[in-house]
Amino acid sequence: MTKQVQQLDRVIIRFAGDSGDGMQLTGDRFTAETAEFGNDISTLPNFPAEIRAPAGTLPGVSSFQLHFADHDILTPGDAPNVLVAMNPAALKANLGDLPRGADIIANTDEFTKRNLTKVGYSANPLEDDSLAAWRVHAVPLTSLTVKALEGFDISKKDAERAKNMFALGLLSWLYHRPTEATVKFLETKFAKKPDIAKANVAAFQAGWNYGETTESFSVSYEIKPAKLKPGVYRNISGNQALAYGLIAASVQAKLPLFLGSYPITPASDILHELSKHKKFGVRTFQAEDEIAGVGAALGASFGGALGVTTTSGPGVALKAETIGLAVTTELPLIVVDVQRAGPSTGMPTKTEQTDLLMAMFGRNGESPVPIVAPSSPSDCFDAAIEAARIAVKYRTPVMLLSDGYLANGSEPWQVPDVSELPDISVEFASAPNGDDGTTFHPFKRDPATLARPWAIPGTAGLEHRIGGIEKADVTGNISYDPDNHDRMVRLRQAKIDGIDVPDLEVEDPDGDARVLVLGWGSTYGPIAAAARRVRKGGGKVAQAHLRHLNPLPANTGEVLRSYDKVLLPEINLGQLALLLRARFLIDIISYNRVRGLPFKAEELAGVIQDVIDSE
Amino acid sequence: MSDIVNGLNGRGLSLVPKSDAKQSMKDYKSDQEVRWCPGCGDYAILAAVQSFVPELGLKRENMVFVSGIGCSSRFPYYMNTYGFHSIHGRAPAIATGLAASRPDLSVWVITGDGDSLSIGGNHLIHALRRNVNLNILLFNNRIYGLTKGQYSPTSEIGKITKSTPMGSLDKPFNPISLAIGAEASFVARTIDSDRKHLQSVLREAAEHRGTSLVEIYQNCNIFNDNAFEPLKDPATRDDITLRLEHGQPVVSATKAVRRGPRGLEVVERSSVAEDEILVHDAHDPDPSTAFALSRLDDPAFEHVPIGVFRNVDRPTYDEMMREQLETAVAAQGAGDLSDLLLSGDTWRIN
Ligand code: SF4
Repeated sequence: MTKQVQQLDRVIIRFAGDSGDGMQLTGDRFTAETAEFGNDISTLPNFPAEIRAPAGTLPGVSSFQLHFADHDILTPGDAPNVLVAMNPAALKANLGDLPRGADIIANTDEFTKRNLTKVGYSANPLEDDSLAAWRVHAVPLTSLTVKALEGFDISKKDAERAKNMFALGLLSWLYHRPTEATVKFLETKFAKKPDIAKANVAAFQAGWNYGETTESFSVSYEIKPAKLKPGVYRNISGNQALAYGLIAASVQAKLPLFLGSYPITPASDILHELSKHKKFGVRTFQAEDEIAGVGAALGASFGGALGVTTTSGPGVALKAETIGLAVTTELPLIVVDVQRAGPSTGMPTKTEQTDLLMAMFGRNGESPVPIVAPSSPSDCFDAAIEAARIAVKYRTPVMLLSDGYLANGSEPWQVPDVSELPDISVEFASAPNGDDGTTFHPFKRDPATLARPWAIPGTAGLEHRIGGIEKADVTGNISYDPDNHDRMVRLRQAKIDGIDVPDLEVEDPDGDARVLVLGWGSTYGPIAAAARRVRKGGGKVAQAHLRHLNPLPANTGEVLRSYDKVLLPEINLGQLALLLRARFLIDIISYNRVRGLPFKAEELAGVIQDVIDSE
Repeated sequence: MSDIVNGLNGRGLSLVPKSDAKQSMKDYKSDQEVRWCPGCGDYAILAAVQSFVPELGLKRENMVFVSGIGCSSRFPYYMNTYGFHSIHGRAPAIATGLAASRPDLSVWVITGDGDSLSIGGNHLIHALRRNVNLNILLFNNRIYGLTKGQYSPTSEIGKITKSTPMGSLDKPFNPISLAIGAEASFVARTIDSDRKHLQSVLREAAEHRGTSLVEIYQNCNIFNDNAFEPLKDPATRDDITLRLEHGQPVVSATKAVRRGPRGLEVVERSSVAEDEILVHDAHDPDPSTAFALSRLDDPAFEHVPIGVFRNVDRPTYDEMMREQLETAVAAQGAGDLSDLLLSGDTWRIN
């Protein structure tokens, strides 16, 4: 039977199943195949906070969405074209996101009375006409897998568990994906259990063959490789890029990396990743608590290391006092906050941009801290280097605001040429700086940067004491003098305000847009995709994205004032809008959703269009 | 009797560079005016430390004093070394990061009973179990001094203070029991007024590789005066002070410790034969006897063990951390950034 092949320019697939069904792995493999094929990709995993929520229930559903195209794309996509539903819970939890006409591949073996009842289906939706608006492919994935694995020396349970590879094989056939790498991957992953490896490979191939022979799939699809900039690419998630960025920062700063951290979702993967790279001299310290994590990092910085702590919002709350100590002792420190939905424990695996004001102001006293926010998973690499540059040059703690969406999302990344990374090294103080030639003044500042000298223990003649008590300007001795305190408060603020950050760039292809859509952090992809849509439809909109939130680029006010309207979508209740209104007295139009999920491009396109239309 | 077998003892300072010049106490005095209350026990401890450290012969610039918050935590300002006066309770955490990344430093934590046992209790026990190369000096005055006289986690039950007008309700910590419970590798107690003993304990602590905890009974003459008076009064001190010296019987002038049917007991010295008296083994890897000794002190000061309870050798965190880095480099070569970035699946677009 020859099957029809159709050309598409982009596809969005969502794999959904029980937490134990291996959906994240399936998604990762499909991503790898797709990357190898040369499409542009963006991914979005979505999983429950519980490690194993009760099987077959709605809270236990784990999914992985992947958007791939023959052109450059900016988001994991709004609405899936294909849903792979491994059980009724997966169908029910995801159906609402599925546009009419989309394909549903459902594992009929799991649509038992018991499983249906568990999620509140009184009748099997595969058998009545409730799914008539979609194209349903009812496939007994589990029993087909078990059948394909008859004769393998494995348990029935292991055979059933290979059903995700059967599904992957089927999808790989459906979209003409290369398969060799997945076979190799399975052989390596299960190297210690050759029978399991063989079975998984066989299930994967059986899935492919099933696609080729079955009548339930009459069409397969081709998506041409994307025309990306020439170079070497790899797929990378935000947390991995951030960890690599910190290692690169350590190399480029010529300082050993010291990470003090305490496990917390969704930041722990940075700790895991960094702990693998000891050959770079990276010390990872899993502390007794969040406070000790940042304390140890600050202690290491005092000793001349690049001190880093990684956490999420609740951890930042605990670290606040130590960050204040770093502000006043003027030592370099990088605080990575992988934001998650709050307040309190909130929704640990869901994303949000709600820690901006905490990063800005969440400490006692006047304690300004620079803030850098990456805009995409791969941008976490550059943002980490930028945070380190500011920290060591200005001797200050720096907040690096990632979030759950960036942390776990992935995209192809053009691997940079190491020789082109910035040199961010600085000199330690090595000699007395007093006018008499023998005294050392730990708070005598560099006139250009206002940074104080970084004199590390072991340097003869520069012995000095620092601490949390207010220090006299220049000498650093304890001082309760009112005027000195006023001066020191202003000096610390002026140092942060004077940090060199690049100007805010505006993208406005038409050049005469009257509406500016502004964003910061992880909303870059959805906002840019929305702006594209609006322009395609004839609307005129300019786009700008803030990467430095403190200090703001010098031209920020000027840019904002040059548009009639400024729209600012944020996954919070308007935190940046509050700052910008206060600072520039501009009436920002806020658009806010805090659903624990990234914005959808279509949603934002509508919002932008409404603002344009209201002109 | 167990002994230190693998020769680690005395290595506490082995990686810290030595000074060429002869040093004196004056080299270690900073130019800052000391601002404790006149008569405070902290003065005696400061003088004891300043006059003892020159003996170590270390480069002054390789010594760091890290403190938390409280009267005692002002200590680093008065030492002409590197110093970090940090925040309440967190000194062990900060010192851990410093010591774990800088083997060439002699790092000292100065803390008080409120700082280390209340707000910083978690950091203290974890530092002790982790065994980073640090010396922790716990100035125990059994009161909050800097905040003007509230009871502390080492104050006796029923203590009348500003915050407990009808007497405190909570049972105090015994810092030595707590430290031994955390399996600290070096645990000692000494007293501000006995400079010779204080210095001998500090010397042993400095030479010990790993975390050492030295509890120093310190008089706060403003808010808790004479808290340790029976240990200082010539009329009583020799009777109640049970000296702990490795290899020596545990006795005071009139009392002795022996193993009874229900553990250690303090008896009249004249009532026991010499060979019944417990001989102190500070190097015993099993902490049980050291712990039992720590239980012998009582709030009424009838008998108080003073000296080194425990000094055992076990691997230090910083050393093992360094070894892991070295092992990784030996096995895989030094890290190459370009190789790292290109690791995993890559593809080329032309
Ligand atoms: S309050 Fe007590 S502990 Fe504090 S300085 Fe005065 S005497 Fe010393």
